[in-house]
Amino acid sequence: MAQTVVTAPDTDPAVTHAAPAHQTNTGVSNNKLAIWVFLASESLFFGAFISTYFLYRGRDAHFLKGPTPTDLLSVPFTSVTSFVLLMSSLTMVLALAAIRRGDHRRFRIWIMATAIFGMTFISGQVFEFTEFYREGLHLGTNLFGSTFFVLTGLHGAHVTIGIVWLLSLWGRSMQGRLGAERSEAVEIAGLYWHFVDVVWIFIFTAVYLIPQH
Amino acid sequence: MTTVEDASALLQAPVKRSLLDRPRSTNGAWSWFTTVDHKKIAIMYATTAMFFFLVGGIEALMIRVQLAQPNGTFLSAARYNEFFTMHGTTMVFLMGMPLAAAFGNYFIPLMIGARDVAFPRLNMFGYWVFAFGGIFIYSSFVLGGAPNGGWFGYTPLTSTPIAQGFLPGRGADFWAAGLIMLGIGSVATAVNFIVTTLNMRAPGMTMMKMPVFVWMMLVVAFLTLFAMPPLTAALIQVFMDRNFHTNFFNAAAGGDPLLYQNLFWIFGHPEVYILILPGMAIVSEILPVFSRKPLFGYSVVVFSGIAIGLLGWGVWAHHMFVSGIGPVAQAAFSLSTMLIAIPTGVKIFNWLATVWGGKVRLATPMLFALGFIAQFTIGGLSGVMNSIVPSDTQQNDTYFVVAHFHYVLFGGLVFAIFGGFYYWFPKVTGKMLDETLGKLNFWLMVIGFNLTFFPMHFLGFEGEPRRTYTYPAGMGWGTLNLMATIGAFVIALSVLIFLVNVIFTIRRGEPAPEDPWDARTLEWMTSSPPPEYNFEQVPIVEARDEFWHRKYTEDDEGRLVKLPPSDASAIPPRRDPHTPHTVHMPSPSYWPFVLALGLPIMGYGFVFKLYWLLAIGALIAFFGLNAWTSEPATEESH
Repeated sequence: MAQTVVTAPDTDPAVTHAAPAHQTNTGVSNNKLAIWVFLASESLFFGAFISTYFLYRGRDAHFLKGPTPTDLLSVPFTSVTSFVLLMSSLTMVLALAAIRRGDHRRFRIWIMATAIFGMTFISGQVFEFTEFYREGLHLGTNLFGSTFFVLTGLHGAHVTIGIVWLLSLWGRSMQGRLGAERSEAVEIAGLYWHFVDVVWIFIFTAVYLIPQH
Repeated sequence: MTTVEDASALLQAPVKRSLLDRPRSTNGAWSWFTTVDHKKIAIMYATTAMFFFLVGGIEALMIRVQLAQPNGTFLSAARYNEFFTMHGTTMVFLMGMPLAAAFGNYFIPLMIGARDVAFPRLNMFGYWVFAFGGIFIYSSFVLGGAPNGGWFGYTPLTSTPIAQGFLPGRGADFWAAGLIMLGIGSVATAVNFIVTTLNMRAPGMTMMKMPVFVWMMLVVAFLTLFAMPPLTAALIQVFMDRNFHTNFFNAAAGGDPLLYQNLFWIFGHPEVYILILPGMAIVSEILPVFSRKPLFGYSVVVFSGIAIGLLGWGVWAHHMFVSGIGPVAQAAFSLSTMLIAIPTGVKIFNWLATVWGGKVRLATPMLFALGFIAQFTIGGLSGVMNSIVPSDTQQNDTYFVVAHFHYVLFGGLVFAIFGGFYYWFPKVTGKMLDETLGKLNFWLMVIGFNLTFFPMHFLGFEGEPRRTYTYPAGMGWGTLNLMATIGAFVIALSVLIFLVNVIFTIRRGEPAPEDPWDARTLEWMTSSPPPEYNFEQVPIVEARDEFWHRKYTEDDEGRLVKLPPSDASAIPPRRDPHTPHTVHMPSPSYWPFVLALGLPIMGYGFVFKLYWLLAIGALIAFFGLNAWTSEPATEESH
């Protein structure tokens, strides 16, 4: 067996699992490949809801009445919270750069800033939902109510999961369990976070920016 | 992996044992709840899926008894609706997909020369989500009515709130919530299979040296990855419409039931290939071994499989030809559907060419593989008939369609799976299934299957509608229906013989030779059953069908010459199954089980609007996820 079968420590999968990138066939680590593949799947999930929104835009005029997008949406207000969310991607990048340098103090500052920006965005969404509800837009009021709340609500749920993820990274860093050699864990959380931001760009365009009839 | 940080943490903290300590044992009853071994998880998948196969089969028998004669009274209309809905749901989500996951789990790592999948704990999570999802959906029978709106759950029938009484009972809620859960498990498994296949191949195993089985499972994983989210979106919309008064499919508010059909079939047609490609995968392994020839046109078979996977995304509206989608869409989807016949036909001819001129051994696995080719071809041809719009307008919602997809999914997938069971049983258990009983199993299944489903083509042409619990005496459908019912019981008998064979073999079967079929691929290069770590030394791959090339070569005239036995072709003897200290295997864990347990509890919370229960489920899931991410995949040995 010695001639054709040799021990190949580089390819021991149990070790590869948590090992640096160069030991896999593709050169991308298992964890990073997995998050990319998962985000590809998520794209179709949001794609389905964004398609639904487009399909039903403007139909309320012919069916159930009730508040319309033009009655309720405040583009300036949501532009500000959207800007905050997009800026959180910048702080996320800074957090990753900091932990790669081994600068744990700055890492914790930036990761906390990212989470706080995320929470600001979610607070804006909570405020918006409450306002719309007061002005008579419920889930069942009309198609706008159904599609708007479900689409933006599911996005908000994703942002919330992201915030919990960022805070858990912060907590682990505080306990000293997140060394520079684990920076890939931060990078993966960052990929998820950027993805959720990019999705918001599409939703913001679809719901707020494209003129309603 | 020892990191500096881990090591220092170990030094500082005295070893404490507590209830929540990581499980260590890899055998015993409890280990089935904590195992991360891909082979054990595969056996759990197969066992659970076969249980659901029996349950779905019993439902089918009930349906056949009801339809055996006109004006049947064996089942009430309501019970009949539950049974045909649950038969379809079970066979697609709780039998077909999990059995594919079982074969993929066991053989992808072995065939590519890996020690486990990329994410052993995610693998375990996928299994438990499937098991809990199945129990969750079936618990509806005692918790307010089983799903009864068809496995496809068309709106507005399923989406109208329960108070308006379109569909009695909570069935549709269980169905929607349960399928969302199963979707989470399927996507987790798909991510795992993709990363494993792309990243963890043994040295020398390039993509084009992988067994066709692995290739097809990779295509299936990508299809699953992209097909489940649109279904999840559609199910969320149905659930919201039923329970939270949204208007997604409420026509009075402008909602469009066709949206549901589009979303469902964007999932549903790739799903057909998610189910059949594993069948093709298994058959592509069996045929070369029992013909003693390499697979004819390897790369063409691989690219045909990829082509089927890609084209599968452009045909969904052929399920909607009578939904009023208009002539342009009808023409386009009709054409794209016919196109799929090309790569499928290519595969069939490649399989035939593999067998042609080979030294064919008609052992049971080969019989099932040949049965697959014949019956799948019939199902494929009736599929082309369905792709012609005027023809489909006649056949839609009749028993012709039932005949068509059972020829593909039973005559195809189920035959391939039974072939796979007979082929790999010695690998998994170390014992050979009995060949006499196996052949009896095969022939009874062929006879029963064709007796059940061939008459349905004629019943369909005569206009017998699907999903209808009875028919009047004057229609002249009684004889053919009686034939179908008798056939169904013959199938049941053949499955019973299979179970007897399995139990008998496990109890007192003879030990199998190490390489009973003179096989070609890496999984046969380790002992049977394989040790926990699969290969003590990871093999270096130089050829497609590596194991075959270590045993045989060709002379100048292309004749097969057996090489003298050598170290390269020797199968290591079975030894202590426990992992030697030189190999670091992933450690068992509780947490994927805990996370998966949270999901059905959340599901019950949603279905019954018990928000405290929902919160408990969410807390359990969060606790499990947090603990999971806090522990390393591989614990250091103490």
